[in-house]
Amino acid sequence: MYNASDLKKGLKIQIDKEPYVIIDFQFSKPGKGQALYRCKLRNMISGIILDRTYRSVDSFESANLEQRRMQYLYSQDEHFHFMDVQNYEQSSLGADQVGDAKNYLTDNLEVDMLLFDGRPIGITLPNFVDLTVTKADPWVKGDSVSGDSKPVTLETDYTLRVPPFVEEGTRITVDTRTGEYVTRVKE
Amino acid sequence: MRAGVLQAIRRFFVDQGYLEVETPYIIPAPASEAHIDAIPADGAYLHTSPELCMKRLIACGYTKIFQICPCFRKAERGTQHLPQFTLLEWYRTGTDYMGLMDECEAMIGQVSREVGAGDEITYRHNRVNLRSPWERITVQEAFSRYGSMTWEEALKTDRFDEIMVTRIEPCLGAPRPTFLYDYPAPLAGLSRVKRSDPRVAERFELYVAGLEIANAFSELTNHLEQRERFEKERERRRKEGKTVYPLPERFLQALTIMPESAGIALGVDRLVMLLADQPTIDQVVAFTPEEL
Repeated sequence: MYNASDLKKGLKIQIDKEPYVIIDFQFSKPGKGQALYRCKLRNMISGIILDRTYRSVDSFESANLEQRRMQYLYSQDEHFHFMDVQNYEQSSLGADQVGDAKNYLTDNLEVDMLLFDGRPIGITLPNFVDLTVTKADPWVKGDSVSGDSKPVTLETDYTLRVPPFVEEGTRITVDTRTGEYVTRVKE
Repeated sequence: MRAGVLQAIRRFFVDQGYLEVETPYIIPAPASEAHIDAIPADGAYLHTSPELCMKRLIACGYTKIFQICPCFRKAERGTQHLPQFTLLEWYRTGTDYMGLMDECEAMIGQVSREVGAGDEITYRHNRVNLRSPWERITVQEAFSRYGSMTWEEALKTDRFDEIMVTRIEPCLGAPRPTFLYDYPAPLAGLSRVKRSDPRVAERFELYVAGLEIANAFSELTNHLEQRERFEKERERRRKEGKTVYPLPERFLQALTIMPESAGIALGVDRLVMLLADQPTIDQVVAFTPEEL
């Protein structure tokens, strides 16, 4: 249980049986009035954002969240399947829960899966992943229109801009937080 | 900037014939107010404001006094709050809250010029003109202009503070500072009720660019009425499971001989925030609690 005075940015609480994370928090106290705790909360399952104002008498249940190390196995019919690296139990997530992370999922990649009441609700990727370029146009020297980058497609069907020297079959490192090219992988 | 503001405040009050005083920070009985919690200190409490002791000095015969001191309030921490903060309080006999509004305009204007911020300041992208006269609106007007209901309805549904914070405060104090005055009587525990309208008390809050800077009132000098109001607040605190403070008997006794007067508490940290255009109180103190 949390009290209103425990509220702060990043705290995870449970409202109407759903987990929320506080993404913005402000303490206010109008002249001689009561303390008000104004929160912007993001539903950790649906992503919906709520604005709520709490008072010092309010209390909150902590969200029953658990993180597990999982290995990505395969996707089928818009479902992404993972395996717990410790007990080999399998779980799956829908495409909307995986979101943009699908751009970086390759076989055997290890991720952190977040579970709420034992139910998988999302994954956290490593900050950097290595992926193979599967489609790249050859670089035409002196092409000033495309400037100093060109689009390529990766093994996950993700398309991004890279420096012109990157060719088909090259392995590159991508920052999963920004979706941007970082460097070529030295074999 | 902070040092400049403190020196300019002292110069203003000394020039106006005020006497600087110091009262004890550790007191046996803080004023009982529903939403202000004191920090215990060795069987007594750290004062939440120097109000009670300063009023006793007024009752003793002093006519114009001011004090700049740290005050302590439990569990207050936010972008505009610290559990230890600095208050400027001043008290004066023979005037009422309206007189203090004029003095506020003169003092803040002079301090701003002396620290080089000038007559026109910018706080968080809001231009504010500090030249007199400043805006003066009643709580009733503010609720009808910016709120979604009257203050009576807001009080009844316990939404007064919420509407104040979310709808009204952001609209106050630009392009001129705003005195918000005539607060509902139940929200002004130590101020005099207005003779022409007993539903409200002679209390005001000063806002500049949405930031609350000061709280003032015509002092309640009727000791019986004051005792009754403290008892009410104590009862409310008891019901909410909060610490119930002893009655400040010597203060109540002093009220029997206290002359008509008015007093005001101004947040010095907030004034520095304003004149230095700093968005949080953290930026205007040497160390925050988290940095100790």
